[in-house]
Amino acid sequence: MKSLNNSSKIQSLALRCAVFLSAILTVGILVSLVAYILIKGVPNLSWSLFSISYTSENVSLFPALLNTITMTFLSLLVAMPLGIFSAIYLVEYAKRGNRLVSIIRITSETLAGIPSIVYGLFGFLLFVIALGFGYSLLAGALTLAIMVLPVIMRTTEEALISVPDSLREGSFGLGAGKLRTIFKVVLPSAAPGILAGAILSIGRIVGETAALIYTAGTVAQIPESLLGSGRTLSVHLYALWTEGLNTKQSYATAVVLLVIVIGLNALLAFVAKRLGKGKI
Amino acid sequence: MKTIKYKEALMHFVFLLSACVSILAVALICIFLFANGIPAMAKIGFFKFLSGLTWKPSNDIYGIFPMILGSLYVTAGAIIIGVPIGILTATFMARFCPKKLYRFLKPTIDLLAGIPSVVYGFFGLMVIVPFVRNTFGGSGSGMLSASIVLGIMILPTVIGVCESALRAVPESYYEGSLALGATHERSVFFSVMPAAKSGILAGVILGIGRAVGETMAVIMVAGNQAIIPKGILKGLRTLTANIVLEMGYAAELHREALIATAVVLFVFILIINLSFSLMKRRSKI
Repeated sequence: MKSLNNSSKIQSLALRCAVFLSAILTVGILVSLVAYILIKGVPNLSWSLFSISYTSENVSLFPALLNTITMTFLSLLVAMPLGIFSAIYLVEYAKRGNRLVSIIRITSETLAGIPSIVYGLFGFLLFVIALGFGYSLLAGALTLAIMVLPVIMRTTEEALISVPDSLREGSFGLGAGKLRTIFKVVLPSAAPGILAGAILSIGRIVGETAALIYTAGTVAQIPESLLGSGRTLSVHLYALWTEGLNTKQSYATAVVLLVIVIGLNALLAFVAKRLGKGKI
Repeated sequence: MKTIKYKEALMHFVFLLSACVSILAVALICIFLFANGIPAMAKIGFFKFLSGLTWKPSNDIYGIFPMILGSLYVTAGAIIIGVPIGILTATFMARFCPKKLYRFLKPTIDLLAGIPSVVYGFFGLMVIVPFVRNTFGGSGSGMLSASIVLGIMILPTVIGVCESALRAVPESYYEGSLALGATHERSVFFSVMPAAKSGILAGVILGIGRAVGETMAVIMVAGNQAIIPKGILKGLRTLTANIVLEMGYAAELHREALIATAVVLFVFILIINLSFSLMKRRSKI
């Protein structure tokens, strides 16, 4: 009996150790990744990296940064209305057990699982070739819009569902129509949740590479129009690797990317906190 | 009054139309991929394409078996490395973590999920590849490095799904086990965990999906030789890498063969997603 107790104690101890070690390892990996990139990268940041144009002597990342911002803005411009409207249909209009709703759910889940390179290839075939946009910011942005659509749909749907029905009933009771209720009452109270979805989407767009190489292309300049090719920061980092020369600039690009991502995550945490408070 | 009614109907229609965009998108993706990929497969020979051991576009020989194997190998490696750590970390977060620490840990995991894959690739290139080269020899770029990088990348996915699966188990399971005299650890591992089994499996499947679909990070650390690797230190090429590496200059049948590669990848992902949905439904998380 005593030996059994002992072995059970040892087992418990071993399990506890394994659990704690794993958690420490997970955090350790993240901390070392962030620390490594910051320590190696920050000394490589310089003002010349932020000059307006890219030359082979001065591998400026500024055009890529600007293209990233344009790309994000453009993708969200397309994806946000579509995603929010879809969620409104699913939550406010569709009837329970509607066949169409289950098809929409399945397709948006499918979209969420498709790897980014498949999006890239699809964008290449549809936007670049079939529609004749060529390698362009527009083709890239449309591809990314489809990619982030399920993210926006899901977060907006959750936000809309969490709006209490009493708000809708109150609005109807005061004589407002359905449309007015949705836009004046439901959407404003769901705004933080929708914002969280937008921030998540920005993170996806900023970090995307595979879907952009063959849609937006890899030209390292600021294009003159939306139909011109331009690389975003992530693509820039990849392109620097394929060129294989500019390690310092790669570190600097990685730092800028990482800082953007950390900033977005902090923003997301802040919004989520506000969201939590609002609910209680 | 009439204009309001008209507006209501119009917007109802707009909402419905927007909702159908995701259906349209999936349909278009299928059509474009299959219409371009299937004819190429037919031209090359379906069996020859899938099981061919040689990929030599310059000689019009297209066999993607080495790449299929490459994807399977690195995915298996990522699972071996990432899943145990992921499940145990999820257990820590759900059952062992003090509340104060959780507030710090949760954003950490979220950040791990938010870091772009090129940054992972770059980190792998600068840290993991030299580490593997110096410890085990070889060039460093290969199956082991790719597996480590992917193992890290699937961590947040596995942790997220497993944690919610563990939290969904009714408290009575845990309390019942404690009441029978089991320790905290034994209760968690032998009473709560089996109850969360299908949820945990769903997390693993989602992790597999991530690993199979990952492109950029793998390209930067896997070496990309289009041959079947003969050891865990040897370079290999995945399906995803094959597309990105050659799409830039491919033309005609070569390009179609690459699209056919994407079709194979797409079918893999569809199967994985389907099993994920089935598992999720079973575990009701």
